Amino acid sequence: MPAPGAAAEGGGTPFSLGFPLVSSERAGRTVFVAWRDLKFAKGRFALMGAVIVLITLLVGLLSGLTAGLGRQNVSAITSLPADAIAFAAPDEGGELSYADSTVTERQWRRWARTPGVSGAEPLGITTTKAATGERSTGVSVFGVRSGSALAPGGDRLGSGLDGDAAVLSATAAHDLGLAVGDAFTLAGRRATVAAVSGDAFFSHTPVVWTGLGLWREITPPAGGADGPAATVIALNTTSAADVEAADRAAGTRTVARDDSLSAIGSYASENGSLQLMRGFLFVISALVVGAFFTVWTIQRSGDIAVLKALGASTATLLGDALGQALVLLAGGTLIGTGAAAAAGSLLSGMDVPFLLTPATVLVPAAVMTALGALGAVLSIRRITSVDPLTALGSAR
Amino acid sequence: MSLHLTDVTLTYPDGDSRLTALDGVTLEVPGGSITAVVGPSGSGKSSLLAVAATLIAPDRGTVAVDGTTTTGMTRADLAGLRRQKIGIVFQQPNLLPSLTAAEQLQVMARIDGRPPAKARARAMELLDAVGLADRAGRRPHQLSGGQRQRVNIARALMNDPTVLLVDEPTSALDHERGAAVVDLITRLTHRQAAATVLVTHDRAHLTAVDRVAEMHDGRLRLPSAAR
Repeated sequence: MPAPGAAAEGGGTPFSLGFPLVSSERAGRTVFVAWRDLKFAKGRFALMGAVIVLITLLVGLLSGLTAGLGRQNVSAITSLPADAIAFAAPDEGGELSYADSTVTERQWRRWARTPGVSGAEPLGITTTKAATGERSTGVSVFGVRSGSALAPGGDRLGSGLDGDAAVLSATAAHDLGLAVGDAFTLAGRRATVAAVSGDAFFSHTPVVWTGLGLWREITPPAGGADGPAATVIALNTTSAADVEAADRAAGTRTVARDDSLSAIGSYASENGSLQLMRGFLFVISALVVGAFFTVWTIQRSGDIAVLKALGASTATLLGDALGQALVLLAGGTLIGTGAAAAAGSLLSGMDVPFLLTPATVLVPAAVMTALGALGAVLSIRRITSVDPLTALGSAR
Repeated sequence: MSLHLTDVTLTYPDGDSRLTALDGVTLEVPGGSITAVVGPSGSGKSSLLAVAATLIAPDRGTVAVDGTTTTGMTRADLAGLRRQKIGIVFQQPNLLPSLTAAEQLQVMARIDGRPPAKARARAMELLDAVGLADRAGRRPHQLSGGQRQRVNIARALMNDPTVLLVDEPTSALDHERGAAVVDLITRLTHRQAAATVLVTHDRAHLTAVDRVAEMHDGRLRLPSAAR
């Protein structure tokens, strides 16, 4: 008969009584039963795996669609070479809005001479109709000063934005069938394509960049008597800038560029709805996985009692069950993510606003796996309460 | 190498009072011998086995397995003790449905952290000893009742236990298979030099055991020699 602890032939840290503690053999012990259960109960695990695959596919598609729609809403703003946006200060209790903001030249000049502000550029934004002889489409017109760095291509293209010159985004040019040198109309005013650059969108419409003069011509009159108006002021600030003081002095309210996205009405409501749906899918996924492993654990509680009676530690059994859950989750998520990526690449080739990036595919997969594991952990906890005594007698 | 129960008392809650399942039981089983415990249903046989298996702690008294007293041990320590020192033959085979006969044995070595290669060899050796070497790859539903019970016995011996606890091993078997199982337990007990307690209500197969103790209302009467 072996002496206490002698059974640990493969080594192991001794604890009281000389019995081996969980050691390097753990990996070998953990999924011995779990792996065989997976192969034995193929039908049940295949069904559950299919559910995980489908939820992952749905989450992946929804994530790509959310990002794609978001890009169609805000890419013109997020690609601005600015770190902050100054809006006209709204009425008390009012919220910032690109649709309602109007800033004056006085406000712009006030910001331009504020210490710590390295750049202040007026930016006019309006949504209107662009048309050629045969085609028309809705566009967002971004009016900038000639030579402004805000225009796509920076100074190179911005310096040409005088008179009726316009820089079209690729989608606007495609929708209107225009090329450089072609003429078209913006809200009935003649414009000429100076360049086609970038593919910026704002509020689901492609962007057309013009000079501030043309922008003012096509924009309903706004602002006071103290100078020509724009919609917002795009700022580049340093840490030396006292933004609050400058806001008070200029009568503006300034927020970080990315924070200004909530001032695009359609973005806030659309993105909020889609993110809510995605969040619910994550929760549903965790609940479904948790429910499955709850039932599974209850079904095999007799086997767990036997293993405990035979000397399996609770930690070993928990590791076994968790390993099983992770194998199922990882497999299901991997297949679902692959399917989402394949479907996404197909959709991207069509006119669907779907964005296929690692962030839209891998992050949801990681969240799915983490939340599914959390659901599994909560459900397999009941292993700790299985009484090995039930393995004795004829109760089983 | 022995099992030693000293003045063990075990009670269960029974409404407003407590039911005494074991009443001052003292039992010593030396290595290499079989003590059969017989008695009617409800006499305390299963409670005795549960206490000896460290699955339940007695209200009073001590249990010593191979010289190690279990009093005050943690659940993890008790699990370790069961893994390495105690083999349990269940009344029902209690085999895991997803494992083959060989794997039913290997899992014992796995949960004890033993090398897989040695576990496989030991499992085959034991299956051969119980006459099931040619059934090593079969799952429980592919085995007969007697074969399942023999796997149950082989599993209990997988980690070379010092103490072998056998719970009504013949209850689901016919006379011939029951006799074969008791004979097998006897042979293996002597071969492994284990201290074996065989709980049964069936006196038909007790000719091979070393002594027979009787349980009645939680009290153990020792011994009446059986051979």
